Amino acid sequence: MSPAVAIARAMNTVAYLGSPIVGAARVAGAIAVFAGRALGAALSGPRFVRQTMSQLLAIGFYSLPVVGLTAVFTGAALALNIFSGGGRFNAEQVMPQIVALGILRELGPVLAALMLAGRASAAMAAEIGAMRATEQIDALETLSTDPFRYLVAPRLIAAIIAVPLLTVVADIIGIAGGWLVAVQVLGFSPTVYLRNTLGFVVAWDIGSGVIKAAAFGVIIALMGCYHGFTASGGARGVGRATTHAVVSSAILIFAVDYLLTSLFAHR
Amino acid sequence: MSRATPKLQWRNATKRFGDTTVLRDMDLDVAAGRSLVIIGGSGQGKSVTLKLALGLLTADGGWVSLDGQNPAGLTGRARRAFFSKVGVLFQGAALFDSLTVWENVAFRLLNADGVPRAKARAKALLALEQVRLRPDIADHYPSQLSGGMQKRVGLARAVVAEPDILFFDEPTTGLDPISAGAINALIVDQVKRLGCTAVSITHDLVSAATIGDEIAMLHDGAIVWRGQPADLESSGNPYVDQFVSGRADGLMAPAL
Ligand SMILES: Nc1ncnc2c1ncn2[C@@H]1O[C@H](COP(=O)(O)OP(=O)(O)O)[C@@H](O)[C@H]1O
Ligand SMILES: [Mg+2]
Repeated sequence: MSPAVAIARAMNTVAYLGSPIVGAARVAGAIAVFAGRALGAALSGPRFVRQTMSQLLAIGFYSLPVVGLTAVFTGAALALNIFSGGGRFNAEQVMPQIVALGILRELGPVLAALMLAGRASAAMAAEIGAMRATEQIDALETLSTDPFRYLVAPRLIAAIIAVPLLTVVADIIGIAGGWLVAVQVLGFSPTVYLRNTLGFVVAWDIGSGVIKAAAFGVIIALMGCYHGFTASGGARGVGRATTHAVVSSAILIFAVDYLLTSLFAHR
Repeated sequence: MSRATPKLQWRNATKRFGDTTVLRDMDLDVAAGRSLVIIGGSGQGKSVTLKLALGLLTADGGWVSLDGQNPAGLTGRARRAFFSKVGVLFQGAALFDSLTVWENVAFRLLNADGVPRAKARAKALLALEQVRLRPDIADHYPSQLSGGMQKRVGLARAVVAEPDILFFDEPTTGLDPISAGAINALIVDQVKRLGCTAVSITHDLVSAATIGDEIAMLHDGAIVWRGQPADLESSGNPYVDQFVSGRADGLMAPAL
Protein backbone atom coordinates (compact mmCIF):
# COMPACT_ATOMS: atom_id res chain seq x y z
CA MET A 1 0.00 0.00 0.00
CA SER A 2 1.46 3.33 -1.02
CA PRO A 3 1.64 6.11 1.59
CA ALA A 4 -0.92 8.18 -0.34
CA VAL A 5 -3.46 5.36 -0.23
CA ALA A 6 -2.75 4.79 3.46
CA ILE A 7 -3.30 8.46 4.21
CA ALA A 8 -6.49 8.46 2.14
CA ARG A 9 -7.76 5.41 4.05
CA ALA A 10 -6.93 7.02 7.35
CA MET A 11 -8.71 10.19 6.31
CA ASN A 12 -11.72 8.14 5.33
CA THR A 13 -11.77 6.53 8.74
CA VAL A 14 -11.57 9.93 10.38
CA ALA A 15 -14.39 11.17 8.17
CA TYR A 16 -16.43 8.05 8.93
CA LEU A 17 -16.01 8.52 12.67
CA GLY A 18 -16.27 12.29 12.42
CA SER A 19 -19.48 12.65 10.48
CA PRO A 20 -21.79 11.39 13.25
CA ILE A 21 -20.03 13.74 15.67
CA VAL A 22 -20.43 16.66 13.29
CA GLY A 23 -24.04 15.60 12.75
CA ALA A 24 -24.72 15.43 16.47
CA ALA A 25 -23.09 18.83 17.00
CA ARG A 26 -25.27 20.28 14.24
CA VAL A 27 -28.45 18.85 15.82
CA ALA A 28 -27.40 20.12 19.26
CA GLY A 29 -26.86 23.57 17.76
CA ALA A 30 -30.23 23.50 16.03
CA ILE A 31 -31.94 22.47 19.28
CA ALA A 32 -30.16 25.27 21.16
CA VAL A 33 -31.35 27.85 18.62
CA PHE A 34 -34.85 26.36 18.79
CA ALA A 35 -34.80 26.48 22.60
CA GLY A 36 -33.68 30.11 22.51
CA ARG A 37 -36.56 31.11 20.26
CA ALA A 38 -38.99 29.05 22.35
CA LEU A 39 -37.90 30.71 25.60
CA GLY A 40 -38.04 34.13 23.96
CA ALA A 41 -41.58 33.45 22.80
CA ALA A 42 -42.64 32.13 26.21
CA LEU A 43 -41.24 35.15 28.03
CA SER A 44 -42.62 37.85 25.72
CA GLY A 45 -46.16 38.74 24.69
CA PRO A 46 -48.67 38.37 23.18
CA ARG A 47 -49.58 35.22 25.10
CA PHE A 48 -52.07 32.71 23.81
CA VAL A 49 -53.89 31.99 27.05
CA ARG A 50 -56.54 29.81 25.45
CA GLN A 51 -53.89 27.56 23.88
CA THR A 52 -51.95 27.38 27.14
CA MET A 53 -55.05 26.35 29.11
CA SER A 54 -55.94 23.63 26.64
CA GLN A 55 -52.35 22.31 26.78
CA LEU A 56 -52.48 22.35 30.59
CA LEU A 57 -55.58 20.21 30.37
CA ALA A 58 -54.05 17.84 27.80
CA ILE A 59 -50.65 17.51 29.48
CA GLY A 60 -51.67 17.82 33.12
CA PHE A 61 -55.21 16.79 33.81
CA TYR A 62 -55.55 13.92 31.35
CA SER A 63 -52.22 12.46 32.48
CA LEU A 64 -53.43 12.06 36.07
CA PRO A 65 -54.66 8.43 35.67
CA VAL A 66 -51.46 7.26 33.97
CA VAL A 67 -49.20 8.96 36.48
CA GLY A 68 -51.34 7.81 39.42
CA LEU A 69 -51.31 4.16 38.35
CA THR A 70 -47.58 4.20 37.70
CA ALA A 71 -46.93 5.74 41.10
CA VAL A 72 -49.13 3.43 43.16
CA PHE A 73 -47.61 0.24 41.73
CA THR A 74 -44.06 1.57 41.97
CA GLY A 75 -44.56 2.66 45.58
CA ALA A 76 -46.00 -0.73 46.46
CA ALA A 77 -43.21 -2.68 44.75
CA LEU A 78 -40.56 -0.45 46.30
CA ALA A 79 -42.00 -1.13 49.78
CA LEU A 80 -41.85 -4.90 49.24
CA ASN A 81 -38.28 -4.79 47.92
CA ILE A 82 -36.92 -2.56 50.65
CA PHE A 83 -38.68 -4.58 53.32
CA SER A 84 -37.27 -7.93 52.16
CA GLY A 85 -33.85 -6.44 51.31
CA GLY A 86 -33.71 -4.51 54.56
CA GLY A 87 -34.52 -7.73 56.43
CA ARG A 88 -31.08 -9.06 55.53
CA PHE A 89 -29.55 -6.65 58.05
CA ASN A 90 -32.52 -6.19 60.36
CA ALA A 91 -33.46 -2.83 58.91
CA GLU A 92 -37.09 -3.54 57.99
CA GLN A 93 -38.26 -0.83 60.32
CA VAL A 94 -36.69 2.02 58.33
CA MET A 95 -38.61 0.94 55.22
CA PRO A 96 -41.12 3.87 55.39
CA GLN A 97 -38.32 6.44 55.43
CA ILE A 98 -36.44 4.82 52.54
CA VAL A 99 -39.58 4.51 50.44
CA ALA A 100 -40.37 8.18 51.03
CA LEU A 101 -36.85 9.22 50.10
CA GLY A 102 -36.84 7.12 46.94
CA ILE A 103 -40.22 8.36 45.78
CA LEU A 104 -39.81 12.05 46.61
CA ARG A 105 -36.27 12.56 45.40
CA GLU A 106 -36.09 10.17 42.49
CA LEU A 107 -39.00 8.03 41.36
CA GLY A 108 -41.85 10.53 41.61
CA PRO A 109 -40.33 13.11 39.26
CA VAL A 110 -38.61 10.63 36.95
CA LEU A 111 -41.62 8.35 36.51
CA ALA A 112 -44.06 11.22 36.03
CA ALA A 113 -41.72 12.73 33.45
CA LEU A 114 -41.20 9.43 31.64
CA MET A 115 -44.93 8.84 31.38
CA LEU A 116 -45.28 12.36 29.99
CA ALA A 117 -42.46 11.76 27.52
CA GLY A 118 -44.58 8.93 26.18
CA ARG A 119 -47.85 10.79 26.35
CA ALA A 120 -47.29 14.49 25.89
CA SER A 121 -43.98 14.76 24.03
CA ALA A 122 -45.18 12.20 21.49
CA ALA A 123 -48.50 13.97 21.05
CA MET A 124 -46.75 17.32 20.51
CA ALA A 125 -44.41 15.88 17.89
CA ALA A 126 -47.26 14.14 16.07
CA GLU A 127 -49.59 17.13 16.09
CA ILE A 128 -46.99 19.72 15.12
CA GLY A 129 -45.42 17.32 12.59
CA ALA A 130 -48.80 16.85 10.92
CA MET A 131 -49.26 20.62 10.90
CA ARG A 132 -45.88 21.00 9.22
CA ALA A 133 -46.74 18.35 6.61
CA THR A 134 -50.08 19.98 5.75
CA GLU A 135 -48.59 23.52 5.57
CA GLN A 136 -50.52 24.67 8.64
CA ILE A 137 -47.32 26.13 10.13
CA ASP A 138 -46.73 28.11 6.91
CA ALA A 139 -50.38 29.20 7.14
CA LEU A 140 -49.81 30.51 10.68
CA GLU A 141 -46.95 32.71 9.44
CA THR A 142 -49.03 34.11 6.58
CA LEU A 143 -51.76 34.93 9.11
CA SER A 144 -49.27 37.17 10.98
CA THR A 145 -49.00 34.69 13.86
CA ASP A 146 -45.60 33.53 15.14
CA PRO A 147 -45.71 29.70 15.39
CA PHE A 148 -43.31 29.88 18.34
CA ARG A 149 -45.76 32.04 20.24
CA TYR A 150 -48.86 30.16 19.14
CA LEU A 151 -47.64 26.56 19.25
CA VAL A 152 -44.40 26.25 21.22
CA ALA A 153 -44.77 28.76 24.06
CA PRO A 154 -48.13 27.39 25.31
CA ARG A 155 -46.75 23.83 25.37
CA LEU A 156 -43.57 24.93 27.13
CA ILE A 157 -45.41 26.93 29.78
CA ALA A 158 -48.00 24.18 30.30
CA ALA A 159 -45.31 21.50 30.70
CA ILE A 160 -43.29 23.59 33.17
CA ILE A 161 -46.43 23.92 35.30
CA ALA A 162 -47.92 20.46 34.78
CA VAL A 163 -44.92 18.18 35.36
CA PRO A 164 -44.17 19.53 38.88
CA LEU A 165 -47.87 19.30 39.80
CA LEU A 166 -48.06 15.73 38.52
CA THR A 167 -44.89 14.96 40.45
CA VAL A 168 -46.52 16.06 43.69
CA VAL A 169 -49.46 13.81 42.84
CA ALA A 170 -47.09 10.94 42.06
CA ASP A 171 -45.29 11.57 45.38
CA ILE A 172 -48.50 11.31 47.37
CA ILE A 173 -49.89 8.30 45.52
CA GLY A 174 -46.52 6.54 45.50
CA ILE A 175 -46.13 6.87 49.26
CA ALA A 176 -49.73 5.77 49.65
CA GLY A 177 -48.92 2.66 47.58
CA GLY A 178 -46.05 1.83 49.93
CA TRP A 179 -48.25 2.46 52.95
CA LEU A 180 -50.97 0.18 51.57
CA VAL A 181 -48.62 -2.75 51.12
CA ALA A 182 -46.95 -2.12 54.46
CA VAL A 183 -50.25 -2.10 56.29
CA GLN A 184 -52.12 -4.79 54.36
CA VAL A 185 -49.33 -7.25 53.59
CA LEU A 186 -46.43 -6.60 55.94
CA GLY A 187 -48.32 -5.90 59.13
CA PHE A 188 -47.13 -2.33 59.79
CA SER A 189 -49.30 -0.13 61.99
CA PRO A 190 -50.97 2.48 59.74
CA THR A 191 -50.32 5.38 62.10
CA VAL A 192 -46.76 4.44 62.97
CA TYR A 193 -45.90 4.13 59.26
CA LEU A 194 -47.32 7.58 58.57
CA ARG A 195 -45.64 9.10 61.63
CA ASN A 196 -42.29 7.63 60.57
CA THR A 197 -42.70 9.01 57.06
CA LEU A 198 -43.89 12.49 57.99
CA GLY A 199 -41.42 12.87 60.83
CA PHE A 200 -38.54 12.02 58.53
CA VAL A 201 -39.27 13.94 55.34
CA VAL A 202 -37.82 17.46 54.98
CA ALA A 203 -39.04 20.14 52.59
CA TRP A 204 -35.96 19.79 50.40
CA ASP A 205 -36.84 16.15 49.66
CA ILE A 206 -40.01 17.38 48.00
CA GLY A 207 -38.53 20.61 46.64
CA SER A 208 -35.59 18.99 44.88
CA GLY A 209 -37.95 16.56 43.16
CA VAL A 210 -40.23 19.38 42.07
CA ILE A 211 -37.31 21.40 40.68
CA LYS A 212 -36.20 18.36 38.71
CA ALA A 213 -39.75 18.00 37.43
CA ALA A 214 -39.77 21.55 36.09
CA ALA A 215 -36.56 20.83 34.18
CA PHE A 216 -38.11 17.63 32.81
CA GLY A 217 -41.12 19.68 31.68
CA VAL A 218 -38.78 21.87 29.61
CA ILE A 219 -37.22 18.77 28.06
CA ILE A 220 -40.57 17.17 27.22
CA ALA A 221 -42.01 20.27 25.55
CA LEU A 222 -38.82 21.20 23.68
CA MET A 223 -38.22 17.69 22.31
CA GLY A 224 -41.86 17.28 21.27
CA CYS A 225 -42.03 20.67 19.56
CA TYR A 226 -38.56 20.51 17.99
CA HIS A 227 -39.08 17.13 16.38
CA GLY A 228 -42.56 18.11 15.21
CA PHE A 229 -41.29 21.37 13.69
CA THR A 230 -38.48 19.67 11.81
CA ALA A 231 -40.55 16.69 10.62
CA SER A 232 -40.39 16.11 6.87
CA GLY A 233 -41.45 13.39 4.49
CA GLY A 234 -45.17 12.92 5.08
CA ALA A 235 -46.70 10.29 7.37
CA ARG A 236 -43.43 8.41 7.83
CA GLY A 237 -41.72 11.63 8.81
CA VAL A 238 -44.36 12.29 11.43
CA GLY A 239 -43.90 8.77 12.79
CA ARG A 240 -40.15 9.28 12.95
CA ALA A 241 -40.60 12.63 14.69
CA THR A 242 -42.77 10.99 17.34
CA THR A 243 -40.23 8.25 18.02
CA HIS A 244 -37.37 10.76 18.21
CA ALA A 245 -39.33 12.96 20.59
CA VAL A 246 -39.98 10.10 23.02
CA VAL A 247 -36.49 8.61 22.88
CA SER A 248 -34.64 11.92 23.15
CA SER A 249 -36.91 13.14 25.98
CA ALA A 250 -36.37 9.93 27.93
CA ILE A 251 -32.59 9.94 27.57
CA LEU A 252 -32.34 13.64 28.42
CA ILE A 253 -34.57 13.11 31.45
CA PHE A 254 -32.19 10.45 32.81
CA ALA A 255 -29.10 12.51 32.03
CA VAL A 256 -30.46 15.72 33.55
CA ASP A 257 -31.76 13.72 36.52
CA TYR A 258 -28.25 12.56 37.30
CA LEU A 259 -26.84 16.03 36.76
CA LEU A 260 -29.34 17.71 39.08
CA THR A 261 -29.06 14.95 41.65
CA SER A 262 -25.30 15.40 41.81
CA LEU A 263 -25.78 19.16 42.20
CA PHE A 264 -28.37 18.68 44.92
CA ALA A 265 -26.54 15.88 46.75
CA HIS A 266 -24.54 18.27 48.89
CA ARG A 267 -27.62 19.70 50.52
CA MET B 1 -47.60 46.31 -18.86
CA SER B 2 -46.72 49.48 -17.01
CA ARG B 3 -43.10 50.49 -16.61
CA ALA B 4 -43.65 51.31 -12.91
CA THR B 5 -41.90 49.10 -10.34
CA PRO B 6 -43.66 45.74 -10.27
CA LYS B 7 -45.73 44.83 -7.22
CA LEU B 8 -43.76 41.62 -6.84
CA GLN B 9 -40.53 40.51 -8.42
CA TRP B 10 -38.09 37.64 -8.34
CA ARG B 11 -34.55 38.49 -9.54
CA ASN B 12 -31.97 35.79 -10.25
CA ALA B 13 -33.78 33.73 -7.66
CA THR B 14 -31.90 30.53 -6.92
CA LYS B 15 -33.01 27.82 -4.52
CA ARG B 16 -31.21 24.61 -3.70
CA PHE B 17 -32.13 21.69 -1.45
CA GLY B 18 -28.95 19.75 -0.76
CA ASP B 19 -27.48 18.87 -4.13
CA THR B 20 -30.56 19.60 -6.21
CA THR B 21 -31.09 23.06 -7.61
CA VAL B 22 -34.82 23.73 -7.86
CA LEU B 23 -34.70 27.35 -9.12
CA ARG B 24 -31.80 28.71 -11.15
CA ASP B 25 -31.48 32.49 -11.62
CA MET B 26 -35.20 32.80 -12.11
CA ASP B 27 -36.62 36.19 -13.11
CA LEU B 28 -40.29 37.02 -12.92
CA ASP B 29 -42.46 39.98 -12.00
CA VAL B 30 -46.09 40.89 -11.51
CA ALA B 31 -47.55 44.36 -11.99
CA ALA B 32 -49.98 45.73 -9.40
CA GLY B 33 -53.56 44.69 -10.06
CA ARG B 34 -52.64 41.90 -12.49
CA SER B 35 -53.32 38.20 -12.15
CA LEU B 36 -50.34 36.03 -13.05
CA VAL B 37 -50.60 32.26 -13.31
CA ILE B 38 -47.48 30.09 -13.14
CA ILE B 39 -47.87 26.75 -14.89
CA GLY B 40 -45.48 23.84 -14.97
CA GLY B 41 -45.11 20.13 -14.27
CA SER B 42 -45.08 18.51 -10.85
CA GLY B 43 -41.93 19.10 -8.84
CA GLN B 44 -40.71 21.94 -11.08
CA GLY B 45 -40.55 24.36 -8.16
CA LYS B 46 -43.85 26.20 -8.44
CA SER B 47 -44.61 26.00 -4.72
CA VAL B 48 -40.99 26.90 -3.93
CA THR B 49 -41.36 30.02 -6.14
CA LEU B 50 -44.41 31.03 -4.15
CA LYS B 51 -42.79 30.35 -0.78
CA LEU B 52 -39.82 32.52 -1.73
CA ALA B 53 -42.22 35.39 -2.42
CA LEU B 54 -43.75 34.86 1.01
CA GLY B 55 -40.44 34.57 2.84
CA LEU B 56 -41.37 31.07 4.00
CA LEU B 57 -38.21 29.91 2.24
CA THR B 58 -35.04 31.94 1.76
CA ALA B 59 -33.33 32.19 -1.62
CA ASP B 60 -29.76 30.86 -1.87
CA GLY B 61 -29.04 33.48 -4.52
CA GLY B 62 -30.79 36.52 -5.98
CA TRP B 63 -33.68 38.22 -4.26
CA VAL B 64 -37.41 38.70 -4.05
CA SER B 65 -39.24 41.96 -3.49
CA LEU B 66 -42.86 42.62 -2.62
CA ASP B 67 -43.71 46.32 -2.45
CA GLY B 68 -39.99 46.98 -2.27
CA GLN B 69 -39.44 44.67 0.71
CA ASN B 70 -37.54 41.40 0.77
CA PRO B 71 -39.70 39.24 3.02
CA ALA B 72 -36.87 36.86 3.91
CA GLY B 73 -35.15 39.36 6.17
CA LEU B 74 -38.21 40.50 8.09
CA THR B 75 -38.79 39.57 11.72
CA GLY B 76 -41.19 40.43 14.50
CA ARG B 77 -43.47 43.39 13.94
CA ALA B 78 -42.23 44.06 10.38
CA ARG B 79 -42.94 40.45 9.46
CA ARG B 80 -46.47 40.61 10.86
CA ALA B 81 -47.06 43.87 9.02
CA PHE B 82 -45.79 42.34 5.79
CA PHE B 83 -48.22 39.45 6.07
CA SER B 84 -51.14 41.71 6.93
CA LYS B 85 -51.41 42.66 3.25
CA VAL B 86 -51.09 39.08 2.02
CA GLY B 87 -53.69 36.32 1.62
CA VAL B 88 -52.74 32.72 0.79
CA LEU B 89 -54.80 29.70 -0.22
CA PHE B 90 -52.55 26.68 0.31
CA GLN B 91 -52.61 23.53 -1.79
CA GLY B 92 -54.44 21.38 0.76
CA ALA B 93 -56.26 24.43 2.19
CA ALA B 94 -54.10 24.08 5.38
CA LEU B 95 -57.05 24.70 7.69
CA PHE B 96 -56.35 24.33 11.42
CA ASP B 97 -58.13 21.14 12.33
CA SER B 98 -58.51 21.94 16.03
CA LEU B 99 -60.49 25.09 15.24
CA THR B 100 -64.01 25.49 13.86
CA VAL B 101 -64.67 26.85 10.39
CA TRP B 102 -65.40 30.38 11.57
CA GLU B 103 -62.38 30.42 13.89
CA ASN B 104 -60.25 29.42 10.91
CA VAL B 105 -61.68 32.19 8.74
CA ALA B 106 -61.32 34.76 11.52
CA PHE B 107 -57.89 33.50 12.63
CA ARG B 108 -55.95 36.62 11.70
CA LEU B 109 -58.60 38.90 13.21
CA LEU B 110 -58.67 36.94 16.48
CA ASN B 111 -54.98 36.19 16.95
CA ALA B 112 -53.05 38.97 15.23
CA ASP B 113 -55.42 41.94 15.06
CA GLY B 114 -57.09 41.56 18.47
CA VAL B 115 -60.63 41.88 17.10
CA PRO B 116 -63.26 40.87 19.72
CA ARG B 117 -64.79 37.43 19.15
CA ALA B 118 -68.32 38.59 18.34
CA LYS B 119 -67.11 41.06 15.74
CA ALA B 120 -64.62 38.58 14.27
CA ARG B 121 -67.36 35.98 13.97
CA ALA B 122 -69.61 38.43 12.13
CA LYS B 123 -66.81 39.18 9.67
CA ALA B 124 -66.11 35.46 9.21
CA LEU B 125 -69.77 34.78 8.42
CA LEU B 126 -69.69 37.53 5.83
CA ALA B 127 -66.58 36.03 4.22
CA LEU B 128 -68.22 32.59 4.18
CA GLU B 129 -71.18 34.10 2.38
CA GLN B 130 -68.82 35.62 -0.18
CA VAL B 131 -67.48 32.17 -1.04
CA ARG B 132 -71.06 30.84 -1.19
CA LEU B 133 -70.95 28.70 1.92
CA ARG B 134 -74.01 28.43 4.14
CA PRO B 135 -73.58 30.06 7.57
CA ASP B 136 -74.60 26.85 9.39
CA ILE B 137 -71.21 25.24 8.67
CA ALA B 138 -69.51 27.99 10.71
CA ASP B 139 -69.39 25.81 13.81
CA HIS B 140 -68.31 22.64 12.01
CA TYR B 141 -64.73 21.39 12.07
CA PRO B 142 -62.72 21.25 8.82
CA SER B 143 -62.65 17.43 8.87
CA GLN B 144 -66.44 17.45 8.49
CA LEU B 145 -66.22 19.26 5.13
CA SER B 146 -65.57 18.02 1.59
CA GLY B 147 -62.35 18.99 -0.20
CA GLY B 148 -64.13 21.63 -2.26
CA MET B 149 -65.71 23.18 0.81
CA GLN B 150 -62.34 23.20 2.60
CA LYS B 151 -60.85 25.13 -0.33
CA ARG B 152 -63.67 27.65 -0.06
CA VAL B 153 -63.06 28.07 3.66
CA GLY B 154 -59.37 28.55 2.85
CA LEU B 155 -60.33 31.20 0.31
CA ALA B 156 -62.58 32.94 2.85
CA ARG B 157 -59.66 32.93 5.34
CA ALA B 158 -57.36 34.42 2.68
CA VAL B 159 -59.68 37.31 1.79
CA VAL B 160 -61.27 38.14 5.16
CA ALA B 161 -58.77 40.88 6.03
CA GLU B 162 -58.89 42.38 2.50
CA PRO B 163 -55.29 41.78 1.42
CA ASP B 164 -53.77 43.57 -1.53
CA ILE B 165 -52.05 40.52 -2.92
CA LEU B 166 -53.44 36.98 -3.06
CA PHE B 167 -51.54 33.73 -3.62
CA PHE B 168 -53.16 30.48 -4.74
CA ASP B 169 -51.24 27.20 -4.72
CA GLU B 170 -52.99 24.72 -7.02
CA PRO B 171 -56.50 25.86 -6.07
CA THR B 172 -58.26 23.22 -8.20
CA THR B 173 -55.98 20.22 -7.71
CA GLY B 174 -57.89 17.25 -6.33
CA LEU B 175 -61.32 18.68 -7.10
CA ASP B 176 -63.91 17.35 -9.56
CA PRO B 177 -64.44 19.58 -12.65
CA ILE B 178 -67.60 21.18 -11.28
CA SER B 179 -66.08 22.09 -7.89
CA ALA B 180 -62.95 23.24 -9.73
CA GLY B 181 -65.04 25.50 -11.94
CA ALA B 182 -66.77 26.93 -8.88
CA ILE B 183 -63.44 27.67 -7.17
CA ASN B 184 -62.08 29.33 -10.33
CA ALA B 185 -65.17 31.55 -10.52
CA LEU B 186 -64.88 32.47 -6.85
CA ILE B 187 -61.21 33.37 -7.26
CA VAL B 188 -61.96 35.62 -10.23
CA ASP B 189 -64.79 37.15 -8.19
CA GLN B 190 -62.71 37.89 -5.11
CA VAL B 191 -59.69 39.21 -6.99
CA LYS B 192 -61.99 41.60 -8.85
CA ARG B 193 -63.88 42.62 -5.69
CA LEU B 194 -60.67 43.41 -3.80
CA GLY B 195 -58.96 44.88 -6.86
CA CYS B 196 -55.83 43.06 -5.74
CA THR B 197 -52.81 41.48 -7.38
CA ALA B 198 -52.92 37.70 -7.72
CA VAL B 199 -50.29 35.01 -8.21
CA SER B 200 -51.55 31.50 -8.82
CA ILE B 201 -49.85 28.20 -9.42
CA THR B 202 -51.50 25.41 -11.31
CA HIS B 203 -51.03 22.61 -13.77
CA ASP B 204 -54.70 22.88 -14.73
CA LEU B 205 -54.87 24.81 -18.03
CA VAL B 206 -58.60 25.51 -17.77
CA SER B 207 -58.01 27.09 -14.40
CA ALA B 208 -55.00 29.01 -15.72
CA ALA B 209 -56.99 30.48 -18.61
CA THR B 210 -59.91 31.38 -16.32
CA ILE B 211 -58.06 33.18 -13.56
CA GLY B 212 -54.97 34.55 -15.34
CA ASP B 213 -54.38 37.81 -17.19
CA GLU B 214 -50.95 36.43 -17.94
CA ILE B 215 -49.35 33.03 -17.90
CA ALA B 216 -45.74 32.09 -17.21
CA MET B 217 -44.36 28.63 -17.65
CA LEU B 218 -41.77 27.33 -15.19
CA HIS B 219 -39.50 24.54 -16.33
CA ASP B 220 -36.18 23.28 -15.06
CA GLY B 221 -35.79 26.13 -12.61
CA ALA B 222 -36.52 29.03 -14.95
CA ILE B 223 -39.35 30.78 -16.77
CA VAL B 224 -39.36 29.39 -20.32
CA TRP B 225 -42.38 31.29 -21.69
CA ARG B 226 -44.63 34.15 -20.80
CA GLY B 227 -47.79 35.29 -22.59
CA GLN B 228 -51.54 35.73 -22.66
CA PRO B 229 -53.97 32.88 -21.94
CA ALA B 230 -55.23 33.16 -25.54
CA ASP B 231 -51.73 32.45 -26.87
CA LEU B 232 -51.32 29.16 -25.02
CA GLU B 233 -52.53 27.08 -27.97
CA SER B 234 -50.39 28.87 -30.55
CA SER B 235 -47.34 29.86 -28.53
CA GLY B 236 -44.84 28.19 -30.86
CA ASN B 237 -42.87 27.39 -27.68
CA PRO B 238 -41.94 23.69 -27.58
CA TYR B 239 -42.36 23.43 -23.77
CA VAL B 240 -45.79 25.07 -23.80
CA ASP B 241 -46.87 23.00 -26.82
CA GLN B 242 -45.94 19.80 -25.09
CA PHE B 243 -47.65 20.88 -21.84
CA VAL B 244 -50.85 21.89 -23.66
CA SER B 245 -51.03 18.72 -25.73
CA GLY B 246 -50.02 16.52 -22.81
CA ARG B 247 -47.48 14.49 -24.79
CA ALA B 248 -45.15 12.30 -22.74
CA ASP B 249 -42.41 12.49 -25.36
CA GLY B 250 -40.69 15.78 -26.12
CA LEU B 251 -38.30 18.15 -24.40
CA MET B 252 -39.83 17.44 -21.02
CA ALA B 253 -39.77 13.97 -19.55
CA PRO B 254 -42.79 13.11 -17.40
CA ALA B 255 -42.14 13.36 -13.67
CA LEU B 256 -42.10 9.78 -12.45
N1 LIG C 1 -38.62 21.93 2.18
C1 LIG C 1 -38.07 21.17 1.20
N2 LIG C 1 -37.00 20.40 1.47
C2 LIG C 1 -36.43 19.66 0.50
N3 LIG C 1 -36.83 19.62 -0.77
C3 LIG C 1 -37.90 20.36 -1.10
C4 LIG C 1 -38.58 21.19 -0.14
N4 LIG C 1 -39.59 21.82 -0.75
C5 LIG C 1 -39.56 21.41 -2.04
N5 LIG C 1 -38.56 20.55 -2.24
C6 LIG C 1 -38.19 19.94 -3.54
O1 LIG C 1 -38.17 20.94 -4.52
C7 LIG C 1 -38.74 20.48 -5.72
C8 LIG C 1 -39.87 21.40 -6.17
O2 LIG C 1 -40.94 21.32 -5.25
P1 LIG C 1 -42.29 22.12 -5.43
O3 LIG C 1 -42.00 23.57 -5.58
O4 LIG C 1 -43.16 21.73 -4.30
O5 LIG C 1 -42.88 21.55 -6.79
P2 LIG C 1 -44.24 21.91 -7.50
O6 LIG C 1 -43.86 22.56 -8.79
O7 LIG C 1 -44.93 20.60 -7.75
O8 LIG C 1 -45.01 22.81 -6.61
C9 LIG C 1 -39.21 19.06 -5.48
O9 LIG C 1 -38.24 18.20 -6.00
C10 LIG C 1 -39.24 18.96 -3.98
O10 LIG C 1 -38.94 17.65 -3.57
MG1 LIG D 1 -46.71 22.48 -5.41
